Amino acid sequence: MAETIRNIKPDVISAYPITPQTHIVEDLAKLKADGEGQYEFVRTESEFAALSLLIGASAAGVRTYTATSSQGLLLMTEVLFNAAGMRLPIVITNANRSVSGPINIWNDQQDAVTMRDAGWIMLYGETNQETCDLHVLAYKVAEQALIPVMVNMDGFVLTHTVEPVDIPEAKEIKKYLPDYKPKAKLDVKNPLTFGSFATPAHYMEIRQELHDDIKASAQLIAGEMIKFKKIFGRKLSLAEYYGDAKADTVIVALGSVLGTVKEAADELNKDGKKAGVLKITSLRPFPKEEIFKLIGNKKNIIIIDKSLSLGEEGILSGEIRRAFYGKSKAKIVGAVMGLGGRDITKDMIKKAIEIGKKTKEETIFIGK
Amino acid sequence: MKISLTCKPGTTDKIKTGNWREAEFPEVDHEKCIGCALCELSCPEGVCFKTDEKNSKGKSVYEVDMDYCKGCGICAEVCPVKAIAMREENK
Repeated sequence: MAETIRNIKPDVISAYPITPQTHIVEDLAKLKADGEGQYEFVRTESEFAALSLLIGASAAGVRTYTATSSQGLLLMTEVLFNAAGMRLPIVITNANRSVSGPINIWNDQQDAVTMRDAGWIMLYGETNQETCDLHVLAYKVAEQALIPVMVNMDGFVLTHTVEPVDIPEAKEIKKYLPDYKPKAKLDVKNPLTFGSFATPAHYMEIRQELHDDIKASAQLIAGEMIKFKKIFGRKLSLAEYYGDAKADTVIVALGSVLGTVKEAADELNKDGKKAGVLKITSLRPFPKEEIFKLIGNKKNIIIIDKSLSLGEEGILSGEIRRAFYGKSKAKIVGAVMGLGGRDITKDMIKKAIEIGKKTKEETIFIGK
Repeated sequence: MKISLTCKPGTTDKIKTGNWREAEFPEVDHEKCIGCALCELSCPEGVCFKTDEKNSKGKSVYEVDMDYCKGCGICAEVCPVKAIAMREENK
């Protein structure tokens, strides 16, 4: 991860440690100390400061990066909204982790979904390879759309796992990602105000434009994914179907659990119980139309949620329900699994499908 | 992005904010003023300032820039010789 970021050549990196993200910025500090990174590396006193510093740096017209997780992301809340509202193309990595309390450092996806409405593009990697690739794409998208991007990778499952990765090389990245040229920047010779006050006469249109631009960024991301494949040879997608095309049952998931889900689906298909998988890479923009095109004709939709809007349902379930609203009679069931780092096994996924097909509940909890 | 989110700084030179003042405004009695500068140091808006004028005792007198004063009354509170009185604002 750190080497990919180094190759992307950010100018300013800020860092505040939090498990399970720490070793990314730690490695970036080491690369810098070894003379292999040409960026300013700033250790800050909190996550709030880490992102605030990037707002200043990005407004000064340079490429920026930081990484965080869980409580750290929550501490950034106010700054996340500001970065998006100021339309600064900051890219951060969020190592998905549960949120206190009880205090827990392991993986689920509660942290990022809690920041869903901050105005960031939110992408999720399934593997370490995909996560590295998504970062390269993230800068390309952010710098064109002027919308910050949060690339999510599951804590521990990805961050602390060793697997072979073809690290995008600086030379290839340069072909894909041109130098960042800001439209406006902080400059003492030509002073500008960033983050200025907006009265009721202006605020609403500015928010609507951010909304419209995030929505429209789906097309931009899809186009950039095609260009990415031409240079790097690896496919990326906003949403992708896997498994038997004729299956009536489909499991929807986000992030690293997809590996286990695909294996479970393979086993089910081998046993003659047809099942498909829908992988979602982008939570914002949410590719609703594409998702409906891929699985709109299915009868049973089971969504694996590693997050929860307490008292209601999993976040991804709500999003899928919205994509299907008024268009389909499918049975849509959210299966909350893997909270606080609980392992999700193939058997648990099969169990979620079995119960999901029969239950009258909207949400089920599969803990073992 | 079509809407420009940046603007030229320094707009308060042109936009006077004194009309935000609601209830009271300060009135300085120049004869009482001893030129101690406490009002200038305490003013949250930085609008109490030393004038070129001197009173009959030869003290430099202070004034308040009513184009920007918000009428908070801190100057009147800190003035050691009660030279500043808060008067009712008649808008």
